[in-house]
Amino acid sequence: MNRIPDHPILGKEEPSSFVTIIVDGKPLKAREGQMIAAALMENGYEKFRTTSRLGEPRFFYCGIGQCTDCMMEVDGVPGIRTCITPVREGMTVNTLRGLGTWRKTDEKD
Amino acid sequence: MKRTELAIIGAGPAGLSAACQAARLGVQTLLIDEYTRPGGQLIKQIHKFFGSEAHKAGVRGIDIAAGFLKELEESPVEMMLGASVWSIFPNRVLSVAVDGRTQQIRAEKIILATGASENALGFPGWTLPGVMTAGAAQTSMNINRILPGKKVLMIGAGNVGVIISYQLLQAGAQEVTIIEAKDQIGAYQVHASKVKRLGVDILTGHTVKEVTGNGRVEKAVITAVDQRYQPVPGTERTLDVDLVCLACGLTPLSDLARLAGCRFTWSPLMGNYIPLVNDKMETTVDGVYVAGDCGGVEEASTAIEEGTVAAISAAESLGLVFAARAAQLRQEARQRLCDLRSGAFGEPRRLAKDALNEEYKAYERV
Repeated sequence: MNRIPDHPILGKEEPSSFVTIIVDGKPLKAREGQMIAAALMENGYEKFRTTSRLGEPRFFYCGIGQCTDCMMEVDGVPGIRTCITPVREGMTVNTLRGLGTWRKTDEKD
Repeated sequence: MKRTELAIIGAGPAGLSAACQAARLGVQTLLIDEYTRPGGQLIKQIHKFFGSEAHKAGVRGIDIAAGFLKELEESPVEMMLGASVWSIFPNRVLSVAVDGRTQQIRAEKIILATGASENALGFPGWTLPGVMTAGAAQTSMNINRILPGKKVLMIGAGNVGVIISYQLLQAGAQEVTIIEAKDQIGAYQVHASKVKRLGVDILTGHTVKEVTGNGRVEKAVITAVDQRYQPVPGTERTLDVDLVCLACGLTPLSDLARLAGCRFTWSPLMGNYIPLVNDKMETTVDGVYVAGDCGGVEEASTAIEEGTVAAISAAESLGLVFAARAAQLRQEARQRLCDLRSGAFGEPRRLAKDALNEEYKAYERV
């Protein structure tokens, strides 16, 4: 378990409420307000996507939305930076393969 | 099209302080940030700052951010979060993406306070999961409350590398080794002493040769380097690690200044191309100002003062503050900047900024 519930400077963390997201087809409990990357890291995921040519794994690299290493397919849209995108109830998150394909069908307008 | 008197891009130390100062001077202000929470990198700085009391010495970054945010809450400043500014078009029209959709905002003045990004270091295995920037490890621990690794190799012994090594131990890491290619560390001695007291080895004159592992980081090979930074044969050592952090310096995130058409210059003392600015923090593009690390990497305290200067200048050119009053306010902030840019670490940055101002004057005369 890599969670830091108590920290010498930050203190004890506030209790979280949870939402359910679907990761590669499996339900996962995630803390409300937490970034997708954080939810996955807390639950032992170590691969967010694979590269297009060599299929190498990629993970959390800069953590602040600059490097795009942590991109995944979120609600049918590929290339979403999971380190700066918060979880939402019912969100579907899939490992991104290469550049991915656009699967979103429910365009709002 | 939405309109605003002042748009500030980036809600880190420079942007927050600019927004507070702008609000105090009666400027109608829109503060935009890509992250869903304002504060920039301040919200993960759990160590105490240095300098004098005027520079918030002894205060932790997280508390500095909280102070600014409290002031902003009671001000009319509008905040737009989770919003990425992806370009600046002529006449200061910003394109902002929110939730996958773009909107345009016309600003009379713009302050760019976009900060910096961490430098990468290429070596075999650097893309393996478990290799990340030191800042990413800090985000993970101090914002996400997740310890990204227990046995750590930290590459770089500047303030970032050393402070984050200490924070990894605070958060529960078991073992940290710090390597530094130069023959001396770049961090302040006070930070280095803290990690040394916890038994951390700081190996100067060392670099990383490769990182290996099956699908994630498992081992790191380090080696001593000679005075020309070449590996010394026979000095390799293999460390069992599950996290490798890169603390190899920062580069200004100045893309928006480029897109806005600002003139850039090479600053040898800063080691980067930076937007040309004068002592009012004005760029060469009318109505566009920069503040903080995006105009040359320094530290949070100088970013705060530059944000103040930029906001005063923007308010002055909007006609909201008399020139004499603006000059006086700016002079006060300039004095604080001068105090911050002193000593062995600060002096080169003061010289760099002075050179920038001189070059700006020469540019204006042409």
